[in-house]
Formats: sequence, structure tokens, C-alpha cells
Amino acid sequence: MKILVFAEADNGAPVTSTLELLTKARALGDVEAAYVGSDVDAVAAAVGEYGATKLYTADSQGSLVGVVGASLIAAVIAVGQPDLVLFAQTYDGRDAVGRLSARIDRPVLTNGYSVTVDGDSVSIGAQVFGGRVLVETQFTGPTPHLAAIRPKSFVAEPSGGAAATIEQVDLGETGRSTEAKVLDHHVEEREGPKLEEATIVVSGGRGIGSAESYGPLVDELAQLLKGASGASRAIVDAGWVPYSKQVGQTGKTVKPKLYIALGISGATQHLVGMKGSDNIIAINKDAEAPIFSVADLGVVGDVQKVVPKLIEALKAKS
Amino acid sequence: MNILVCVKQIPDPATPGELTAEHTLKREAKLILDESDSFGVEMALQLVDKAGGGDVTLISVAPNGEVSGLRTALAMGAAKAVLVSDPSLSGSDSLSTAKVIAKAVERVGDADLLLTATESTDGYTGTIPAQVAELLDWPSLTFAKQVTIADGKVTIQRQTEAGYDVVEASLPAVVSVTAGVVEPRYPSFKGIMAAKNKPVDAVKPADLGLADDQVGWAGARQKITSVEQAPERQAGEKIEDDGTAFEAVVAYLEKLKVV
Ligand SMILES: Cc1cc2nc3c(=O)[nH]c(=O)nc-3n(C[C@H](O)[C@H](O)[C@H](O)COP(=O)(O)OP(=O)(O)OC[C@H]3O[C@@H](n4cnc5c(N)ncnc54)[C@H](O)[C@@H]3O)c2cc1C
Ligand SMILES: Nc1ncnc2c1ncn2[C@@H]1O[C@H](COP(=O)(O)O)[C@@H](O)[C@H]1O
Repeated sequence: MKILVFAEADNGAPVTSTLELLTKARALGDVEAAYVGSDVDAVAAAVGEYGATKLYTADSQGSLVGVVGASLIAAVIAVGQPDLVLFAQTYDGRDAVGRLSARIDRPVLTNGYSVTVDGDSVSIGAQVFGGRVLVETQFTGPTPHLAAIRPKSFVAEPSGGAAATIEQVDLGETGRSTEAKVLDHHVEEREGPKLEEATIVVSGGRGIGSAESYGPLVDELAQLLKGASGASRAIVDAGWVPYSKQVGQTGKTVKPKLYIALGISGATQHLVGMKGSDNIIAINKDAEAPIFSVADLGVVGDVQKVVPKLIEALKAKS
Repeated sequence: MNILVCVKQIPDPATPGELTAEHTLKREAKLILDESDSFGVEMALQLVDKAGGGDVTLISVAPNGEVSGLRTALAMGAAKAVLVSDPSLSGSDSLSTAKVIAKAVERVGDADLLLTATESTDGYTGTIPAQVAELLDWPSLTFAKQVTIADGKVTIQRQTEAGYDVVEASLPAVVSVTAGVVEPRYPSFKGIMAAKNKPVDAVKPADLGLADDQVGWAGARQKITSVEQAPERQAGEKIEDDGTAFEAVVAYLEKLKVV
């Protein structure tokens, strides 16, 4: 089985979801990677360490990385047919797999959390209905098969491989696709660990009452525990916190050692993004809130009363 | 300024989803406008307004001839709709649906912009905007949290992991908008009455030049091999706060050795 992974990187370091895919792919077959961007040598070394033997690459020339990625992979497929191309279900991964699927006329399976190879057949497992139901789907058409996998589906582990050989690829005709140009990057300030990588996540929902409560309740507790702060969609849509903090079906999947949910009801679309956490604490004033069905420790109470006392107690200890 | 908007009609998300024996989503009850698409409809109305003229045209693909979701969007102010509908569409995957949408865009003709949501509420494959753009050979500007049009160009703020990027392309283009990008208006009574008489161009895939084996299960080139309930996580201890519940939380944190 020949597998190609669409690699994404941030300042020369492959993102965790890319390393997860490489780790999984090398257990299933021979792995190569395709990458659009700068710092190619550093990326080649890092993907090699996770099992990729070759890195196909092209410059983005100011266009969207995923869009150029589709052209890059189409060019790679034309010369060395892979059986399977894996993408992380990220912004750029979705651009890349969508455009590629239409370009080469192959269906794509998305929201995968597992990849199973049996001889020549490839199936992808996905969670539907907010994670209540698991569906396995097998590709029945010609290769290459295309799949987008949700981050955190696999655990990234290095194999200690040598740097991947770099192959610069000529993109050929990209049509109007590359006309969309990135003019500027805006970075929002963030302190502490990344949400997807933190070992402790403290999330707030509508039950915290107001945007003003997020700092003193959610951020403060997260900082004390050296974790990251997250949110339900309700308070992202309300504009209390940026989208990058959203946990759930349309936000991030997190699997920390400990997840603390403050004033979150526990809708299936939220649960699907956090119920893989090792331990869950929930504080909610409604004893019937569905979040309690997944909580290892549930506190039926008012976050405005419980959390300040908790913060005081933790401060007193440190 | 002529803007096309994709609107998906879906079962009410408040009722738990179910699969049919053929493994498609059950769609027996009345379908409604996917709330995610109401943002695209509102955005289109505002952009046409700012441009000082033009039409908003809706595109919807559904196996049955459902129009109730379309009527909601027409009541918000869209001028007309194309509904591609046929039983052969049942089981269509994202690429087949994108092929139908791209053909419908060509049928309407003369469009400056196609708006979609980033993902549908029921299917959430989230690839259709890029697929449609590729089929039309238009640029795709995805995950927009702000959209402006000037001098034949569209500029968006594109959501990223770190914040947002400013992305620009010439028209025509596909833009996918995130929830909350604008505040969708409620249809007025007058709007609801007017919507009843707005034109809905009902066509079949064959009218768009698509063969039966390009859509539905035949076009999807995949088969579902198993469907099972996800294992449930067990609930643990639940305590009522009497003013000292924070102590139980501290004890739990100590047990986990995180404090
Ligand atoms: C397609 C789709 C995708 C979605 N994706 C996501 C997603 O990615 N992430 C996500 O989170 N949601 C998502 N949702 C939304 C989801 O269905 C819920 O609407 C949302 O999670 C609710 O957020 P919440 O729990 O903060 O708010 P609510 O449901 O309003 O719950 C607030 C809770 O706070 C409690 N409360 C109130 N006051 C207090 C207090 N003083 N002390 C303690 N508790 C209090 C209440 O009892 C209640 O349980 C999605 C929905 C759809 C349809
Ligand atoms: N059947 C459909 N009819 C019209 N628009 C659709 C349809 N399916 C998807 N779309 C559009 O494409 C977006 C992404 O859909 P999906 O790829 O299914 O998540 C949706 O939010 C809609 O804007």
C-alpha cells in the first residue's frame, strides 16, 4: 500500500495532525508526503523522523496552501500513483482534499477517526450524529482513495527515520484556483499551551453568564492548572471568545488528561469533541444536564460560587 | 451584482438523526433551511444591497421535491431558486452533489459570486465549496468571517488556527462563510407572502446533462460496511454543592496529581 500524506507545517515544524497521520500511515504501508510552503529542509527532516521517505514540495507563491496542495498532489499522482492520500481535517486540509477530489474525479471520505487496510481494500471509520453512531465506509472505485481524518484520531510517535528526500514538483496548469492570494496574516495573542496539545483543558459555556466572566473563571483556572482554555459553540457564536477556542464537532477535538466543563450543557456536538478525555469534571447547576453522563466528577452547583472558591483553594496551595 | 447561494434543506437538527436501511439520512419529516446557510443568504442580500442592485438566487439539491427550506430563504429576500431534485440523487456523496451544484450554477449563468456554508449541519463533510469551485475553475475563499466586495474583487477574513488571514481574489469566486458572519434577518410577514409566488426552477440531473451513474449511490463509489452504536462513557460520582464542593474538586485534582 502506497500512502501519500498532505503535510502542513507552522514555522518549519509539521503540525501535530500531520505527525499523527504519518505515524498511522507507516503502520499501513510505504509513506511519502506532499508539502506546500517554506523551510523545506526542516520539514523534510521532521517528516522523515515520522516515517516519510520522500517529500514532494512546491512553493505557494502567495496562494492558499491547500489550493496549491491540490495541484501538487495531482502532479504527484500523475507520475507515481499512490493507493491512498490522507489529509487532516483542517482548514487547509479541507481545501486541498476538496479541490483534488474534483480535479481527479475521486470521492472523498471525511471526518474519519480510523483507517483500515485489508489487502487492496481501504475503509474509513467516522462518527455521525454527534458521535452516537460509528460508520465504516469502504472505497469501491479506482485509486487513489482520498480521506480526511480528524486531528487527535491517532497518537504521533517518531520512528527515528532519516530525513525525507526532497523533490521539487512543477505544478503545471493551476487554472484560476491560485488566483486567491493571501495578503496578510493576523495572529491573535495566546498564552500557555495550545488547546489541542494541553494536558488540561478548562472550557466555559453559556452558564458562565457573560463574556466578562470568562477571564476570572475559565482563563484563571486554566492558567492555575497550566492548561488551556476552551469554549462551547454557544459562547463563540455569541462573540464572547474567538472561534479558535471552540471544542466540538465544528471546533477542535481535544483529548487531555483532564477536561473541566464549566456551565456547559453537554450537547452531542460538544461531547464529540471532548469525551475522549481521560478524566472529566463538570460543574453545572442543572442536575439533569447531559454533561453529567460523561463526567467522572459532576458538581451540581453554580459556577459563580464553586469556581472562585476552587481558585482560592488552589492559590492557597501553591 | 448577482449572487448565488447554496441552501441545503435538512431534517430538523433538534430531532436525533437516523439512518435508513439503505444507510442514507432519514428525510421523511418536513425539511427545513439549514441554519448554517441562513448566514450565506443574509450575506448575499447585504452584498447585493451594497452593490446597489442585482439578484440573489438560491440553489438547492434534494432527492425529494422539498421546497419549505427554500421558501424560508425566499421569504428572507432572495429573488428566485433552482431546485435540483430526483429520486436518483439519493445516496449522493459530496462530489456528486458538487457536480450537481456546479451544473446548476452554469444553468443560472452570469453570477459574480457563489456563497456556501463551511459545512452542512446534517452531513458536515465540509468539502463541497472547494469541489464546486474546482469544477467551475473559480477561486475558492473558504472559512470567511468577513466578506467585502469592491472593484471586481472579493476580500475575506479567513479563519485560521492562529487568528485570520486576509485573502483576495477576482470574481467570479466561491466563498464559504462561517456561522455568525452576519446576523440573519427573520422573514417578515410580507416576505413570507411574497415568497409563495417567487419562481422555483425545478430541474432533474438529466436536464443539467448529468448521467444517472454520476449521482446517487452509483456515483458515490463507496459502500457502508458497518453501522454501530458508539460505546458510551460511564458517568462517575455526582455531588450537590453545599458550599464545600470545591474541596471534592481539589481532592480529585490531587488524586490526578495535577496540583
Ligand atoms: C451542526 C452543529 C454543530 C455544532 N458544533 C458545536 C461544537 O463544535 N461545539 C459546541 O460546543 N457546540 C456545537 N454545537 C452547538 C450545540 O448543539 C449546543 O448548542 C452548544 O454546545 C451549547 O453550548 P452551552 O452548553 O454553552 O450552552 P447551553 O446549552 O445553553 O447550556 C448552558 C448550561 O449552563 C448551565 N448553567 C447556567 N447557569 C449556570 C451557573 N450559574 N452555574 C452553572 N451552570 C449554569 C445550564 O444549566 C446549561 O446546562 C453545534 C450544533 C450544530 C447544530
Ligand atoms: N444538497 C445541497 N443543496 C444545496 N447546497 C448544499 C447541499 N449540500 C451541501 N450544500 C452546501 O455546501 C455546504 C457544505 O456542505 P457539506 O460538504 O455537506 O458539509 C453546505 O453548508 C451548503 O452550503
